[in-house]
Amino acid sequence: MHKGKPLILSIAAKEVLHILKDPRSLIILFLMPILQLVMFGYALKMEIQEIKIGVIDYSQSPVSRQLIDCFRGSEFFTLFSFEGEEDAINDLFMQRQAHAVMIIPMNFAGDLSREPLVDVQFIIDAADPNAGTIIRNYINQVILTFNESHQDLLPIPFDIRGTLLYNPDRKSTYFFVPGIVALLLVMISALLTSITITREKETGTMEQILVSPVKPHEIIIGKVLPYIILAFLIGIIILLIGIVLFQVPFEGSALLLLILSTLYIITALSLGLMISTVAPTQQVAMMLALVATLLPTFLLSGFIFPISSMPPLLQYLTYLIPAKYYLFIIRGIILKGSTFMQLFFPTLFLGIMSAVLLVASIRKFSTNLES
Amino acid sequence: MNEIAVQTSQLTRKFGDFFAVNGVSIQVKRGEIFGFLGANGAGKTTMIRMLCGLLKPTAGEGKVAGFDVYTQSEQIKKNIGYMSQKFSLYNDLTISENIDFYGGIYGLPPADIEGKKNELLENLHLTPWRDRLTGALPPGFKQGLALGAALLHDPAIVFLDEPTSGVDPASRRAFWNLIYQTATRGITVFVTTHFMDEAEYCHRISIMNAGKIIALDKPDALRKKYQLPSIQSVFVHLMRETTIRP
Repeated sequence: MHKGKPLILSIAAKEVLHILKDPRSLIILFLMPILQLVMFGYALKMEIQEIKIGVIDYSQSPVSRQLIDCFRGSEFFTLFSFEGEEDAINDLFMQRQAHAVMIIPMNFAGDLSREPLVDVQFIIDAADPNAGTIIRNYINQVILTFNESHQDLLPIPFDIRGTLLYNPDRKSTYFFVPGIVALLLVMISALLTSITITREKETGTMEQILVSPVKPHEIIIGKVLPYIILAFLIGIIILLIGIVLFQVPFEGSALLLLILSTLYIITALSLGLMISTVAPTQQVAMMLALVATLLPTFLLSGFIFPISSMPPLLQYLTYLIPAKYYLFIIRGIILKGSTFMQLFFPTLFLGIMSAVLLVASIRKFSTNLES
Repeated sequence: MNEIAVQTSQLTRKFGDFFAVNGVSIQVKRGEIFGFLGANGAGKTTMIRMLCGLLKPTAGEGKVAGFDVYTQSEQIKKNIGYMSQKFSLYNDLTISENIDFYGGIYGLPPADIEGKKNELLENLHLTPWRDRLTGALPPGFKQGLALGAALLHDPAIVFLDEPTSGVDPASRRAFWNLIYQTATRGITVFVTTHFMDEAEYCHRISIMNAGKIIALDKPDALRKKYQLPSIQSVFVHLMRETTIRP
């Protein structure tokens, strides 16, 4: 007797049909990441440009104008002179016409030639504390340059010159593009697998498949295979957009990234599988998958908030987040050109995590049938 | 070919302390339509799941199509068909795609599937519908198609778990015609049902209560034995006798 095609392929082929028969979901799947990327890429910038500074120059001297020119020379600032009373500064901030106000005192020029220390006042809008800190840092840098150019006699005990590696322009897109890849891969993989398996349980078709000679692991692999490929395609599209649209560099090995991404996808799929064994309906599966992937990946993986600045308890919790390890990997490969040996530990953790999840969920899947 | 399709002896399944199936012994011949009656929770579904290789028995012996229910569930699965009370085809796939899938998971070569598909669609008068979505079919047709899909791989035995629930009477009659066709092809039909009129169509029926078989014979023999006009009344009589205990 000649044989038909492998049973896994039959399952996978049917799953592909399900995916293709639902073009709306498919379009959403591909559009969502692109939209998110563009949104994050343009909107979620940590660097601040066009900082508006209102200037009150009581000094009106050549030196004060030099100081103002120093700010004008920087691409980060736009300056305007503020003629009103000091009491009216608050209105400036209220109406969001200025991020900061610089007040140069009357005797600025005279003091500068006599005194060792001269005050210039800056008032910064710190309603957004992050932005406030960044603005202060920028201002400090400009002042530093001004001081150096103006008074080379001034003794400067330390001359701190940091060199920024890997992202010298400090572009936050470099940071976010890998993060979005990590977020979307885990979301898509966990969400889609948990939904597709619970759907078969809900409609009763799972039982029909189980009385056939197909083994449980063949069902799972067959069902999950198309989604691995789908997640992969979406991941590649995100990366390409990041590279083309946002000029994110790609320093390391694409092959290594593909291999380790597969490991990450498998971890996420196992998570989805685990969810499908406990969720009775598609709705529950969807909620569980979102809760298990979206928020933790957003908040605890280092996607946006640095892990080192979290309270210790939360820091321990981050060890359970697969995206944490994947972020090490993808940021390392893309931005730094890290090699496999340098990424050995995150890879190992990811491997252990997916092995545990996979074994546990396949076992759970099989015992569920026994009741 | 073995003339005994299903044989069990003292087959038992416990869930915790609860005996879902308690010492059931039956023998079903090849080509027989064997009805399985009982109230909900009487143990019918558990019995079928054990015979299909989905559930291991706790005790007793069982052979399905000549294969042991403990050790040869793989062989059993290859030789049986199954149709559950839930409609088990995919509504979002076409009729043709559904048949391809169910042929595929039994490892049938694509050419064989194509041939059987044409034959089945012809038989059910569904040929013009082959590329329509299955969800658009009327319920009666769906049931027939589901049975056809369960028989694609020419199983020796087919298990039908309440196949006609939710189907109108006319379609139920049409469906029973399909069951008779199936049995004349030499396929053993093992069917559970709620409908007592359907029980009359079976060659032999067994009535289960609380995990045990309380009656097993030809429908007319049972009617004669209890001197009652229908299986319906036999069933009610037996339920009264066995269930109501102080």
